[in-house]
Amino acid sequence: MSAGENAAPRPLLQVRALSMRFGGLLAVDGVDFDVAPDEVFAIIGPNGAGKTTVFNCVGGFYRPSSGEVLLDGARITGLPSHKVARRGLVRTFQNVRLFRRLTVLENLLVAQHMQLEHRLLPGLLRLRAYRESEEAARHRAGQWLDVMGLRPYANREAGNLAYGHQRRLEIARCMAARPRLLMLDEPAAGLNPREKRELQGLIDRLRREFGVAVLLIEHDMNLVMGVSDRILVMEHGRPIAAGSPGRVRTDPRVVKAYLGEA
Amino acid sequence: MGRLGHALLAALLTAVVVAPVFGLRLVREGAATLLEPHWRPVATAAAAVFAFHLARPWLARAAGRMRLPQLPALPAGGRRSAALLLAALALAWPFFGSRSQVDIATLVLIYVMLGLGLNIVVGFAGLLDLGFVGFYAVGAYTYALLYHWAGWGFWQALPLAGAMSALFGFLLGFPVLRLRGDYLAIVTLGFGEIIRLLLTNLGGLTGGPDGIAGIPKPTVFGMEMARRASAGGGTTFHEFMGWAFDSRDMVVYLYLMALLLALATLFVSSRLIRMPIGRAWEALREDEIACRSLGLDPTRIKLSAFTLGAMFAGFGGAFFAARQGLVNPESFTFIESALILSIVVLGGMGSQLGVVLAAAVLTVLPELAREFAEYRMLLFGLAMVLMMMWRPQGLLPMKRPHVELDP
Repeated sequence: MSAGENAAPRPLLQVRALSMRFGGLLAVDGVDFDVAPDEVFAIIGPNGAGKTTVFNCVGGFYRPSSGEVLLDGARITGLPSHKVARRGLVRTFQNVRLFRRLTVLENLLVAQHMQLEHRLLPGLLRLRAYRESEEAARHRAGQWLDVMGLRPYANREAGNLAYGHQRRLEIARCMAARPRLLMLDEPAAGLNPREKRELQGLIDRLRREFGVAVLLIEHDMNLVMGVSDRILVMEHGRPIAAGSPGRVRTDPRVVKAYLGEA
Repeated sequence: MGRLGHALLAALLTAVVVAPVFGLRLVREGAATLLEPHWRPVATAAAAVFAFHLARPWLARAAGRMRLPQLPALPAGGRRSAALLLAALALAWPFFGSRSQVDIATLVLIYVMLGLGLNIVVGFAGLLDLGFVGFYAVGAYTYALLYHWAGWGFWQALPLAGAMSALFGFLLGFPVLRLRGDYLAIVTLGFGEIIRLLLTNLGGLTGGPDGIAGIPKPTVFGMEMARRASAGGGTTFHEFMGWAFDSRDMVVYLYLMALLLALATLFVSSRLIRMPIGRAWEALREDEIACRSLGLDPTRIKLSAFTLGAMFAGFGGAFFAARQGLVNPESFTFIESALILSIVVLGGMGSQLGVVLAAAVLTVLPELAREFAEYRMLLFGLAMVLMMMWRPQGLLPMKRPHVELDP
């Protein structure tokens, strides 16, 4: 299952023999894959295949039962999630998790927390370093709002946005945190066809313009096939196929997993 | 069961509840204690409840027609001017109010300080802290003990009182902030009680239940505000100013100092909420997992809220000790924590102006209700219940946003 045949010299993310056991259930069983910098890598599979569990293990939300996760060659297995995020792995959630009562702008400011002057004294005294840091943060937030077409909603409460906008805001919030690897957990869920097409364009653009690698979990085959460089297919916690979209689409095991034994 | 049945049941329950309280009275007759039945009040209460329940549908219709007055929502800009107006009014107050009024106003300001401190923890960061009074006690005792054992004055002890409470907040917060919601509330409740019990039982150090008395009032630039300088030599304030001594001066001075401390607390906490740390508190209140996914360390952020909140309680405590001249563990019971929490909730969680208003209401109301003696707390409770039914979001709900972006 080595999925790195034509990958760049050093993969950004390496996942090795990852397993996760919940009591008697082996939710993820021996998953291996690499993600190159600037690559879009997708994990697909039927419901309950263990995709989100892989996400949670990679992002530090679960501590995997065995196996390891390397970012830029450094082990990040078992690090708490906020430390994983600080190293550049930032994710969205299947059910959008915005700071609902904060404004759209503030959501993006919180995401920049680690990059800002967040010590007490400079802020209390409104020193110049602090004022400049805040100004820069607002500016960067504005830029991301422009990229996502959300500027008209900047001062609205995030919880009041339309669902499609909330999804986009969540991605913007990730980007404001300056990730190297953007992890999207079913970003197209609940979007209409037009929004799905826009999402595909957006993922492409983030990778090309902003040089971010993308790890994607998705059910929508059109989106996955259209946007991914490589795909890993999972079933019952195990990887069953990997490779380019063309190869995966015709793999008999994949066809069987998706269409059932006919 | 019809309306009549309901009313009968309610009346019966009332009788059961009221009977032991009003129906049976203990009367001492010489050496013997007799139980003397008084069935009249029980019957009256049951009848009243019966009548109320029969008339309820009609009352509900009447209440539906009646419109409660709506508090106007202040626009964002109006808040600033309202705050300034309030500050100006507060500054002028001691020169108009009577001595006891100024004294009560000082008490209000102490609660403003405490309320704003707890507001950081509960309102901003969303951590339910039921042991806040513990930090208040730490601040008060820090000053009292430093005076008692080392002869420190108020101004020397004040920063240390804040620091000490902050330290306690930090140390206590460290193990418990991993807990969520209800669990955190219970543990903090326990901490508040532990601090009080320690103060009671460490008799040798803290004076036990009697506490420490004779704590000096704050000095004015090193001058005492007393009829005569205590340890000879020093000039007293009224001598320096060339006034006749007036004991009222001290009351006014304490008031102005409380005002200064409360304004400082207001200033600091309203800056904090606009800073990255304040945004992080609010974000944490909204969604902890999302915070972690963005690289924010929840434990550190909660700890900062807990520590800063405790620090303000410490300042408040030191001032309280100076004003009373006496501290004992009785002043730091759970009911005090509950009162401070009520101030935050009644004001509108996270709303600073709301906290100021609620502190005034909840301190002045029981004073006004003094003539109702033992029913005072009952009225207090009733007011809280009605308030929460009428306006659950608090007197002045928190206003967001803080930063805007031009479209």
